[in-house]
Amino acid sequence: MKILMKGNEAIGEAAVLAGCRYFFGYPITPQTELLEYLSRRLPEAGGVFLQAESEIAAINMVYGAAGAGARVMTSSSGPGLSLKQEGISFLAAAELPCVIVNVMRGGPGLGGIQPSQADYFQATRGGGHGDYRLPVLAPACVQEMVDLTVRAFTLADQYRTPVMILADGLLGQMMEPVELPAAPVNELPAKPWATTGCKGRQKNIINTLYLNPEELEAVNQRLQEKFAAITKKEARAEEYLVENADIIVVAFGIVARIAKEAVKVAHAQGIRAGLVRPVTLWPFPEKILAAAAARAKAVLTVEMNAGQMIEDVRLAVGNERVHFYGRMGGMVPTSKAILEQIRKIGGIVRGKYAVRPA
Amino acid sequence: MANTLFVRPETLTPDPFHYCPGCGHGIIHRLVAEVIDELGVRETTIGVASVGCSVLAYKYFNFDMQQAAHGRAPAVATGIKRVLPDRVVFTYQGDGDLASIGLAEIVHAAARGEKITVIFVNNANYGMTGGQMAPTTLPGQKTTTSPAGRSVDQAGYPIRVSEMLATLDGPAYIARVSIHNPPQIFKAKKAIRKAFETQLRGTGFTLVEVLSSCPTNWGMKPAEAFSWLEKNMLPYFPLGEYKAASGVSQDD
Ligand SMILES: Cc1ncc(C[n+]2csc(CCOP(=O)(O)OP(=O)(O)O)c2C)c(N)n1
Repeated sequence: MKILMKGNEAIGEAAVLAGCRYFFGYPITPQTELLEYLSRRLPEAGGVFLQAESEIAAINMVYGAAGAGARVMTSSSGPGLSLKQEGISFLAAAELPCVIVNVMRGGPGLGGIQPSQADYFQATRGGGHGDYRLPVLAPACVQEMVDLTVRAFTLADQYRTPVMILADGLLGQMMEPVELPAAPVNELPAKPWATTGCKGRQKNIINTLYLNPEELEAVNQRLQEKFAAITKKEARAEEYLVENADIIVVAFGIVARIAKEAVKVAHAQGIRAGLVRPVTLWPFPEKILAAAAARAKAVLTVEMNAGQMIEDVRLAVGNERVHFYGRMGGMVPTSKAILEQIRKIGGIVRGKYAVRPA
Repeated sequence: MANTLFVRPETLTPDPFHYCPGCGHGIIHRLVAEVIDELGVRETTIGVASVGCSVLAYKYFNFDMQQAAHGRAPAVATGIKRVLPDRVVFTYQGDGDLASIGLAEIVHAAARGEKITVIFVNNANYGMTGGQMAPTTLPGQKTTTSPAGRSVDQAGYPIRVSEMLATLDGPAYIARVSIHNPPQIFKAKKAIRKAFETQLRGTGFTLVEVLSSCPTNWGMKPAEAFSWLEKNMLPYFPLGEYKAASGVSQDD
């Protein structure tokens, strides 16, 4: 049965159904409904909602709770995510599973409260200090807010890693019918490493300090092996009309949905356009994109920023064929504008078209 | 009692402390360990080590431990305690960690009445990074970042953490103790025990501020350092219970 839910609330409900019983957060538009929802819902489910004194405190509460073996989540937007970065680095280093939600708004600075994708670099490059990555999942509709939240908790436990959900203000605020998971998660995977009291076993330590450089290099090597395994196995993308496409549009999140409309219209007009929508931003689905774009004459990256994912697109398909269209500061590209870009690159000539790389 | 002083508490691992001669951390670790032993809660205790000279506390305490980012131990302890409310959860923090970078976390953990214990080691400077000025550095005290002595015009005044937190309703027990001589060490242990017992009763936030010495960074011999502490720190940081079930008492 489908119910109508706001994106932010859908993440909250999905988290509860995924077995998350602890949430630590701080209000910031456009993610606040998630906090408000869980402040009602978690106590009802026997869990704890705590409004922290800051995003710094919140992420460190997540560290403690994750280290104690719980499924735990925090959420924020731009400025709050910046404050969480030290904590995220610690979580990655200590290999603590948790879910971090960023409902992106326009930046830099206080920026604005309208939707944006300007935190792509921060999310996919680690964001904090040190050599680390974390899986970043990018929903494109409210249903995916649900599905990817559940997936995020699974990945977090499977790889012992923080996982980020990178949404935006539009997805967070919009309402759509969703199908919630039929069976809630009641049993969590065993976490023998958690600090729960050492009764009947050796003590457990959750730590990120290694003063001996050889030891720290070995820790880094182990982390890199994990990142390599995630890169190999967990890259996901949605493809649309990519077969024989001359132009591949690459977009994620809400922008991909808008771009899909443009691709559909272009197709109807005789332009062989297709869409690749990365669902995981890290690991970036470079193989899927490279295969889809193998015969394409041009690749158009569309983002709500000045061009960030385009760097990953170029790494996947090379520099030459890649074009960019973006809006910033909370402006959302229209499908008409994207179609215009497709036509510009496609250069329609009497029903046929020849690509002119810019 | 005298005998037990020479038995290593079960709660301490065999690892030798890395602390400098005359440093207070070793004494304070031991007091915490003895209390945990006496209360019989080693297997249900989770400690949080902070960033500072005591960052390696997780090596020395023989129970589950997490090591937190600089200043954030009270938030980490909050996360643990909320998940495991029946466990004993405590933080061990220096004055730079707790009273400077982590001031927001300690104030709010106290205000929330978070049912944790905080062992707050006040040695009037930043030990680990080489003796810089801390929020607890005394007026006129020389440190590597106040080479002419802390100027109150320029750097303001020390923070009296125990007094400040005692103004809040969340704490159930707050005391300031010292370890500059054996009778004081004995009193310090009593306060630490009271704090953990209060946590076990679940009546609120508990904190013991321990005045401690840092001979290396103070540029003194261990015995001189204890005299300096007694002469200079005690007047600025009076010892006593600032919050307790039975009321407040200040030592003479
Ligand atoms: C975010 C951050 N800033 C600075 C440091 C460097 N640092 C490590 S220990 C320390 C001071 C600790 O002093 P204190 O809390 O007084 O403990 P002590 O070493 O005196 O026991 C500092 C500033 C750090 N590790 N992290």
